Amino acid sequence: MSDLFSKFDALIAEREGLLATGVRDPFAIVMQEVKSPTLAVIDGRDTILLGTYNYMGMTFDPDVIAAGEEALRKFGAGTTGSRVLNGTYQGHKECEDALKDFYGMEHAMVFSTGYQANLGMVSTLAGKGDFIILDADSHASIYDGCYLGNADIVRFKHNSAEDLEKRLRRLPPEAGKLVILEGVYSMLGDIAPLKELVAIAKAHGAMVLVDEAHGMGFFGEHGRGVYEAAGVADDVDFVVGTFSKSVGTVGGFCVSNHPKFEILRLVCRPYTFTASLPPAVVACAATSIRKLMHAQDKRARLWDMSRKLHGGLVARGFRLATATPESAIVSVLMPDQETTVRMWQALLELGVYVNMSRPPATPAGVFLLRCSLCAEHSAEQLETVLERFATAGAVTGLFRQAAE
Amino acid sequence: MSDRAVVYARIIELIEPLNLKKVPLAEATSFAGDLEMDSLTVMDLVASMEDEWDIVMPLNLLPDLETIGQVADAVTKLVHK
Ligand SMILES: Cc1ncc(COP(=O)(O)O)c(C=O)c1O
Repeated sequence: MSDLFSKFDALIAEREGLLATGVRDPFAIVMQEVKSPTLAVIDGRDTILLGTYNYMGMTFDPDVIAAGEEALRKFGAGTTGSRVLNGTYQGHKECEDALKDFYGMEHAMVFSTGYQANLGMVSTLAGKGDFIILDADSHASIYDGCYLGNADIVRFKHNSAEDLEKRLRRLPPEAGKLVILEGVYSMLGDIAPLKELVAIAKAHGAMVLVDEAHGMGFFGEHGRGVYEAAGVADDVDFVVGTFSKSVGTVGGFCVSNHPKFEILRLVCRPYTFTASLPPAVVACAATSIRKLMHAQDKRARLWDMSRKLHGGLVARGFRLATATPESAIVSVLMPDQETTVRMWQALLELGVYVNMSRPPATPAGVFLLRCSLCAEHSAEQLETVLERFATAGAVTGLFRQAAE
Repeated sequence: MSDRAVVYARIIELIEPLNLKKVPLAEATSFAGDLEMDSLTVMDLVASMEDEWDIVMPLNLLPDLETIGQVADAVTKLVHK
C-alpha cells in the first residue's frame, strides 16, 4: 500500500535539513502575548512586529474593540449558519453598508475570508468558454479560484502591459473575459501600472477585477486602493479586499456597481456553503472601515514610515526588491535559503519579527525578508529596527557574502 | 518534416535551457517526473510556446499534458485551429 504522504518527502527532507543546521522553524512562531499592533512577546521576549500587514494599526483601536464587545454580548459568539440561511445578522448588513460607503459603490458582499472572496468571485464570474487573464504573480487565492472554476486560464507576465495586450489579442473577440489584477503585489511590495493595464483590458472588452488586499486604507483620495490613486475607478468592475490587513480583523469582500451583482449570493459557492463571520468580527470591521474613511493622519504617517524604512535599509547596504518605496511592504532580497533563515532568526533574537518568504510563494525563485509597516510604529521603533538589521547583517555575514 | 516533427523539434529546443539535470529528452519524457520542473517553470515554458506559435494554451489544459509528446500533439493541434 502506498503512503499518500510520500509526495511530501522532498519537502520534509528539505525542512529537516534546514532545521538540522540549528535554525528555528520560521513557520512555527507563537505570539505568546500581543501588547499592541506593533509589539508582541515571542519566546518570552518583547518583539517589534514588522511583518503583520496591520497597516493602519486598527487591531487595538478602542472604538473597534468596543463595537466587537457589544456585538459579542448582544448577538453571541457565532452565527452557526450560512449568509443565505440563518447567518445574516444586522451586523453583516451594517458591515456591507460601511463597505458601500467606503468605496462609493452600489453593492457589497462580505465573505468569511479574503481567500474565499477571491475563490468565489473568480470561479463564479468566469464560466465554461470564458477566459480568465491573470497576472503571473497573482495571489494563491486567485489561482485557486481559477482551478475551482471552468474557465480557460491565461497568464500574462507580471505587470507587463505589452504581454497582457499580446495575450488578449489572441483570444476570440466574442468570448467573455475577466482580467484579474492586484493593486499591490505582496511579495515584492511593488504596485501595478493599473492605468495602462486597465485601459488595455477595456479595449479588448474584458471585465476587470482588482484585488486591493494590500492597498486598502492608504492609496487614493479616499483610501480605496491603488485603482483609485491610478484614476481608473470607473473602469474597474469588481474590487476584492480583505479585513485581515488594514481593517485589522478577519473577513473578505467584493464591491461592485454591476446591476446584477446581488445574484452572486445564490450562485457563489464559497459564499453560500460556509458559515458567516461571527457578529463581533463584522461589528469590528464595520467600525474600522468607517474610521478608515477619515484616517488621513495615519495614512501620512504610514507613508512616512515606509520611506524611512526603505531609505534606512538602503543606506545600511541592503538590497531591496523595489528601487523606491511603492507600498507599505518593504522586501529585502536575500541570496539563498540558508542565509535568509539565519538572518531572519538573528532578527528575531534581537527582537524584530519580519516575514520570511521563499519560492514557490515568491516570483522568480527569490528569497525575501518582507517587512510591512504599521501607522503605529514609533520613530524609536523604526530606528531600533534599522540598527538591528545592521547588527543581524553583520552577525550573519550577509555583507561579506554579498561583497564576494 | 511533418508539422508535428517541426513543432516537436522546436519544443525540445525550448526545453533544453531548462533541462538543468541534462535528462535525455524524448517523446515520453515527463515534465514533473523526469525533468522535475516546478509549476512556475512549466507555466513560463507554456508562455514561451504561446509566443513561439502565436497560440493560446490555457493553464487548465496542463494537467493532461504530462509528457513532451503530449505537448507536441497539443501544440500541433492548436497551430492548425
Ligand atoms: C493579494 C491577496 N489577496 C487575498 C488575500 C487573502 O486574504 P485573507 O487573509 O482575508 O484570506 C491575501 C492575503 O493573504 C492577499 O495578499
